[in-house]
Amino acid sequence: MVVGLEVHTELLTASKMFCSCANAFGAEPNTQVCPVCLGLPGSLPVLNARAVELAVAIGTALHSRVGASTFHRKNYFYPDMPKDFQISQYDRPINEGGYLDLSDGSRVGIVRAHLEEDTGKSTHLGGTGRMHDAERSLVDYNRAGVPLVEIVSEPDMRSPEQARLYVAELRAILIATGASDGRMEEGSLRVDANVSVRLPGAPLGTRCEIKNLNSLRSLQRAVAYEAERQIELILAGGQVRQETRHWDEGSGETSTMRVKEEAEDYRYFREPDLTDLVPDPAMIARIRDGLGPMPAQRRAALASLARGAVVPGDVLDAVVGAGLDGFVEAAVARDVEATVALSRAANELAGLDGPGQVRPDAFAEVLAREAAGTLSATQAKAVLAELVRGGGEVAEIVERRGFAPMNADDLSGTVSQAVAEHPDEWARYRAGEDKLAQFFVGVVMKATRGRANGQQVLAELESRR
Amino acid sequence: MNALEIAARVRSGERSAVSVTEEALTAIAARNGELNVFVHVEGESALERAAAVDAAVAAGRDPGILAGVPVGLKDNLCQTGVPTTCGSRILSGWRPPYTATAVERLLAAGAVPVGKTNMDEFAMGSSTETSAYGPTRNPLNPTRVPGGSSGGSAAAVAAGMVPVALGSDTGGSIRQPAALCGLVGIKPTYGLVSRYGLVAFASSLDQIGPLARSVADAAASLEAIAGHDPRDSTSLPGPAPALIAHLDQGVAGRRIGIVRELVEGADPEVVAAVAGAAEVLAAAGATLSEVSIPELRLGLSAYYLIAPAEASSNLARYDGVRFGLRVAGSDITEMYVATRTAGFGAEVKRRIMLGTYALSAGYYDAYYGQALKVRTVMIEAFERAYASADLLLGATAPSEAFALGAKVSDPMAMYLSDVFTIPTNLSGHAAISVPFGSGASGLPLGVQLLGPARSEERLVAAAAVVEAGRGVPGA
Amino acid sequence: MSELTRDDVAKVARLARLHLTEEELDRFTGQLAQVLDHANDLRALDLTGVAPTAHPVDLGTVVRADEVRPGLVRDAFLSAAPQPEDGRFAVPRILGEEP
Repeated sequence: MVVGLEVHTELLTASKMFCSCANAFGAEPNTQVCPVCLGLPGSLPVLNARAVELAVAIGTALHSRVGASTFHRKNYFYPDMPKDFQISQYDRPINEGGYLDLSDGSRVGIVRAHLEEDTGKSTHLGGTGRMHDAERSLVDYNRAGVPLVEIVSEPDMRSPEQARLYVAELRAILIATGASDGRMEEGSLRVDANVSVRLPGAPLGTRCEIKNLNSLRSLQRAVAYEAERQIELILAGGQVRQETRHWDEGSGETSTMRVKEEAEDYRYFREPDLTDLVPDPAMIARIRDGLGPMPAQRRAALASLARGAVVPGDVLDAVVGAGLDGFVEAAVARDVEATVALSRAANELAGLDGPGQVRPDAFAEVLAREAAGTLSATQAKAVLAELVRGGGEVAEIVERRGFAPMNADDLSGTVSQAVAEHPDEWARYRAGEDKLAQFFVGVVMKATRGRANGQQVLAELESRR
Repeated sequence: MNALEIAARVRSGERSAVSVTEEALTAIAARNGELNVFVHVEGESALERAAAVDAAVAAGRDPGILAGVPVGLKDNLCQTGVPTTCGSRILSGWRPPYTATAVERLLAAGAVPVGKTNMDEFAMGSSTETSAYGPTRNPLNPTRVPGGSSGGSAAAVAAGMVPVALGSDTGGSIRQPAALCGLVGIKPTYGLVSRYGLVAFASSLDQIGPLARSVADAAASLEAIAGHDPRDSTSLPGPAPALIAHLDQGVAGRRIGIVRELVEGADPEVVAAVAGAAEVLAAAGATLSEVSIPELRLGLSAYYLIAPAEASSNLARYDGVRFGLRVAGSDITEMYVATRTAGFGAEVKRRIMLGTYALSAGYYDAYYGQALKVRTVMIEAFERAYASADLLLGATAPSEAFALGAKVSDPMAMYLSDVFTIPTNLSGHAAISVPFGSGASGLPLGVQLLGPARSEERLVAAAAVVEAGRGVPGA
Repeated sequence: MSELTRDDVAKVARLARLHLTEEELDRFTGQLAQVLDHANDLRALDLTGVAPTAHPVDLGTVVRADEVRPGLVRDAFLSAAPQPEDGRFAVPRILGEEP
């Protein structure tokens, strides 16, 4: 199986690629448009400097050659495309070449990562709601002209798992560079997969392009399904046709969208309304210097904090993906076990949709108290959840929730009461029946509604034995 | 009365802008039926604007160098709420929701747009006969064409309806009608005037410029609309050139080359006019010499590949989805085809087809790619010529105004009427056409002065010398 | 002579979303061939190594700051559209997929 991926990412700019309309998701239809992105006669494009910077950041992170480039028009009629041509880059993209290292140790080559503009969106009405049998479609141009970078990989992947790893790693890089929010479900990161099969050592087979891959899970399933389909077809004496196929998440199958009968004739030519794009070397250097470590390096750095203890890969992915490296480092600096800090960060912060209102020092404080035994694991998680939701001071939350440890006299009194109420059990405990310690801990916990610290209760029981 | 005189009187309070505008509207009403010059007259808003100019003067404010001057706008220039059709059925009824930079600047200079002038459909033509709204006639002889594609703007000035009009020049569309109507027309350096709001024909060639009865009026109008615009990526940096200040600079010491290729094949009267203009320039102290730039002969062929190629893409957006005409179809492609087939005229279809072909797979290198290289060759040839000449001189058009219908069924003959003007569009340089001499039928002729990029100050100074020498015996 | 055929013209018309009658196909083939013949003087030139000029002026990189400005009020363009519906532009059914 041979897989190459084309990933389109919307860039996190304030305005669109060639006009000053807002680049934002979810507005009322056709309310973020102007003469330029509606393609009205007489309008002209002017390139967004920030889109260029983000494209350079992506290219730098992917080890591409960043250089002089030009814009071309890709001509085709389609209602989502207001000018009936797309401004894209053709023979001189801003980023050429490069590679991406996957966490399984393999390296995927990058062909190019070029700038282009997004299209509008159609809603299909009548019929079943699918495009072809719709009675008519309604077009919204809010998304038209949103800046995109298209990242084209070499056909270097050999399994559905590798395809998933590639997109997961690329997504982490795009988020780390600040270029993208990486939201596949909102369509700000879109993946098309080119899949072909061949006997080992044979030349590449005919490929099919799969569209509508809205999640990493879809990607992995679709690539696996498609490769299997092609193998079965060939084993049955058939031939793979070059075509575009649509992934249906519900049925778990791909189906033919469009057969490439003749090569599309896009009549690419230089966009005469735009000048050459020659990124300033000083700007490239500034972006390269400002990028900071990429996710692979950050995962390695976090793993090294655990000093040999095994940290699951998905925990590292979650921490790096949510940008929580600093939280873990702050906790480790207070002598919290790195494995605990990583696990709490991954599960309690990243799991709750990012760090929210919590600051690294508060996170470290909670984990330090847990390590010292003054907070139980359950209590620590509850405090973290509250910090994520609304921030605040750790001490104040601990006090208000009644998690503060009981003072020694109160604890001693409660233990005395428990002993007095259960003389038989106490006698058996003193006679050497150790397992009854847990019975007394339970009684004390119940009486204090969980405020007592189990370790302290055990110590108190032992001292009276 | 010319534009600068009107502005002077309005600014001094001697005349009201409203009365000037009323006069213009009366002049339009008197002859528009016969000549078909304006496709849309904007009477009410023009009078309102004129009243605002008068109010500014009364309040002691200066409304600008074109205060109260009525102007015509070629119908490919957008003005908010004013119909803009580009002479095409496909844009019938379209009112742009925004205003072109050049028009904004005219308004800021106190000018009063009175309406939209007829043009060849999408500026594709040299006679204003391809307009969907009927041909415009030459006011100097209504059996003749006014030239094109800015023929409506030229006729509006020549008929005395307005002292100044804006046109656009992609292959000669300002200069050729200026010549055929006895006017001054300027094709500025590419990028000097913002194209924002000019409906594109061929983006790398289009420039907006003025047509006027005098060099001074044309210079003042260009000065008003020129200068950097951040909304056009191809706009030149820097402010507008100081053209009015250079009008009487003369040509003493200037080296002017008479270009053989910009005269050859022209009518004898045209050849004589160029010689006469050369004499006038020499008498004013310029050094004249004959030069040959054989590469210019390649211009026509390169132009008729590059311009249609860009046009085929620029005109794709007329698809019936967002604005303008829609003809129903049972699916999107049928609707596209029905709309475009009904909406575009034959000349536009011809050029879209030509351009689509020149860009299509298998032909790109042979046609469009080769034409771009020829463009390089021509620019280098011009640069060599400008190394030993400050300005160049030639004819604007090969003949005086021709009869309506004479060339409309023979595209190649029509295309040849742009042969002297096209090279300047390909090079992006500046050129001006000035009336000089007359043809066999007594209609005016134009001579063309060409200069390198941003040579407008030099050009208007030389043009003023030619203009002043028009009446000299022998000219 | 240019190698332009009637079939080429028909194919170009499809690409350009234009319908030509049989008579127009004949006429356009002749007229376009004439223009292309004229262009043969270009094709005959050896311009190997000559850089193409797509732009008459070289301005270098031109960019604008990433700032949001208000766009158009929807009614300013949608009310005049051929078929406005529910804040959007209605079109007849789309048969081909987006490339």
